Amino acid sequence: MSGMHSGVPDMEPQLRPVSPSGIDVPVSVGPDAVQSERIGEAGTYPFTRGIFPDGFQGRLWTIRQYSGFGTAEESNERYKFLLEKGQTGLSVALDLPTQCGLDPVHPMARPEIGKVGVSLSNLSEAEILFKGLDLSKISTSFTINGTAAIVYAMYLAVADKQNVPREKLTGTIQNDILKEYVARGTWIFPVRPSMRLIADSILYSNGVSPRFNPISIAGAHVRDAGATAAEEMAYTLANGLAYVDELRARGGDVEKFAKRLSFFFYVHMDFFDEIAKFRAGRRLWARLMKERYGVQDAKAQHFRFGVVCGGSSLVAPQPYNNVVRVAVETMAAVLGGAQSIFTCAFDEAFQIPTEFSAELAVRTQQIIAYESGIGRTVDPLGGSYFLEQHTDRMEQQITQVMGEIDAYGGVIRAIEDGWIQLRLAERGLERKLDTDSGRNVIVGQNHFKKVDEEIKVGDVFTLDPTVAQRALEKYQRVLDTREQSAVDRSLARLSAAAAKDRENIMPYLVECCHAYATVGEMVARLKEQWGEFKEPVNL
Amino acid sequence: MSLQPTSAALAAKRILIGKPGLDGHDIGAKIIALTLRNAGAEVIYTGLRRSPLQIAQVAVDEGVDAVGLSILSGSHKELVADVIGQLKALKADGIKVFVGGTIPAEDQAYLRGLGVTAVFTADMPLDAVVDSLARSLA
Repeated sequence: MSGMHSGVPDMEPQLRPVSPSGIDVPVSVGPDAVQSERIGEAGTYPFTRGIFPDGFQGRLWTIRQYSGFGTAEESNERYKFLLEKGQTGLSVALDLPTQCGLDPVHPMARPEIGKVGVSLSNLSEAEILFKGLDLSKISTSFTINGTAAIVYAMYLAVADKQNVPREKLTGTIQNDILKEYVARGTWIFPVRPSMRLIADSILYSNGVSPRFNPISIAGAHVRDAGATAAEEMAYTLANGLAYVDELRARGGDVEKFAKRLSFFFYVHMDFFDEIAKFRAGRRLWARLMKERYGVQDAKAQHFRFGVVCGGSSLVAPQPYNNVVRVAVETMAAVLGGAQSIFTCAFDEAFQIPTEFSAELAVRTQQIIAYESGIGRTVDPLGGSYFLEQHTDRMEQQITQVMGEIDAYGGVIRAIEDGWIQLRLAERGLERKLDTDSGRNVIVGQNHFKKVDEEIKVGDVFTLDPTVAQRALEKYQRVLDTREQSAVDRSLARLSAAAAKDRENIMPYLVECCHAYATVGEMVARLKEQWGEFKEPVNL
Repeated sequence: MSLQPTSAALAAKRILIGKPGLDGHDIGAKIIALTLRNAGAEVIYTGLRRSPLQIAQVAVDEGVDAVGLSILSGSHKELVADVIGQLKALKADGIKVFVGGTIPAEDQAYLRGLGVTAVFTADMPLDAVVDSLARSLA
């Protein structure tokens, strides 16, 4: 294949007067670009400069690394090890069958059991996963969307079994279905009942587990698929507003639930696009909350977000270059005021990270945190002629994209019709062609290549056949030993609740979990009532 | 759409782009679908979560010249073997199979051994993908 990689790009590398988000970038910016009344103070509306007045001296961002594969038993061991080492936050990855609502016995599930995460098909697996861990003391983050309400119900059921009061639970479920339709693909139900499921879970969580974050509205996946920084923020804010509207329509109090909304983004390589994206997003969200919904409480205007640095900005050729990329991106995240940062390992572009690369990713954050000193002063770039101008222009760009979505008829219609999906695919193609031509410079990949470098691709997720076998055996044992009448009764009550639009579905899901009904059984009942998403495949 | 100059390298070719299994990463499949269309092919996209049998059936029903399978979950060995087996069972082994995704080098040889015509990875220029398909389907 090496012959395929030897093409010489058409364009010389150069700095163009326009950012990747399509924003004009002048050679020089002077004092008249800054309107100080728009900038304000950190911790003060509209929070351009940060949601807290004391920045990272008050509290460092959370170093949150995503990990954990294998069975519930292996993950449980790993969690205990991490807790002994002083880590307090756990991150749970789930396998694709659990994410898509299929039990391990489903024919489509079998090749994927336990491959990219834990198979969590019923409460007994969750009991194994959290055995011996005090759920009142740890914070658990689940990357789960299509079946997020069920996984959250299972977490509540485990807490009940451990006699941990629900109000002591902390953690996060991603629970952002809108971006699944656009870029990540683990949707199950049509858009509208999915919106109900999310609103039900958020409102229920606000009531019973008020310290738990029931949603993390994510732009990261559309970004990694090709969206610009401005589009990433625009799609995410538009999705956020759709959730707010749904929650309000279901009787939620925006002053209350908005405090528990959080966001998640990618950081790629254009330093000032990234910093401006976060500053503009923070300002826009606060303004939308205040002006559109009349939100008064500052905490409910706060735009809290985590980031991931790396992703598709990392490439396989000359892989050590990725260490530099992740460092630059982490600095942008800090200067943009992120609440938590996940740094990708430099080899993630082509293999499962090694212990060495995973450690280096954490050290990168620690060096930037404690050696570079860039986090000492809150928003240290605030007031920069260029950055303030770039933030204003980024805000205009974001607002323009949001306006285009509104003009189409809103995100829900745009997703149902496949309009956003097609737009994203076209943007992905554009980015790929810019890379092929050399217009978009990627050092080592399309410019400054090493002669005859062999592109290394190492391990990808491979299935340990015993993992699947054990999951199937455990699954069968649960089916054989549970009290079937309780399962049938709880599933029947779930069906009845799903049929009533104004009933909160969560208590019924918790009841099903307690009866050891499986994820696949619960999803099947909901599909009977709600149908399945019809993916638009028009291109 | 006019993101790249259209060519006729794949004129009159019918190509199915399929996503077998549960993997939800479809941007690569869509970029390839748009690229092949811009090169003159008639492109059908299956959408997500298709079984190997469903993909083989659509390929036969639509009378395509080639099937492109996009897989990033690591399940490429099982899924590709399954699709090729289903095509054989439907007496459609004349349909050429291409694979794209996160495919380690040693697995690329394995897939070609199963009968895959070519394997494409994300770093390959789209022109090279079109050229490769045009030569294989000539």
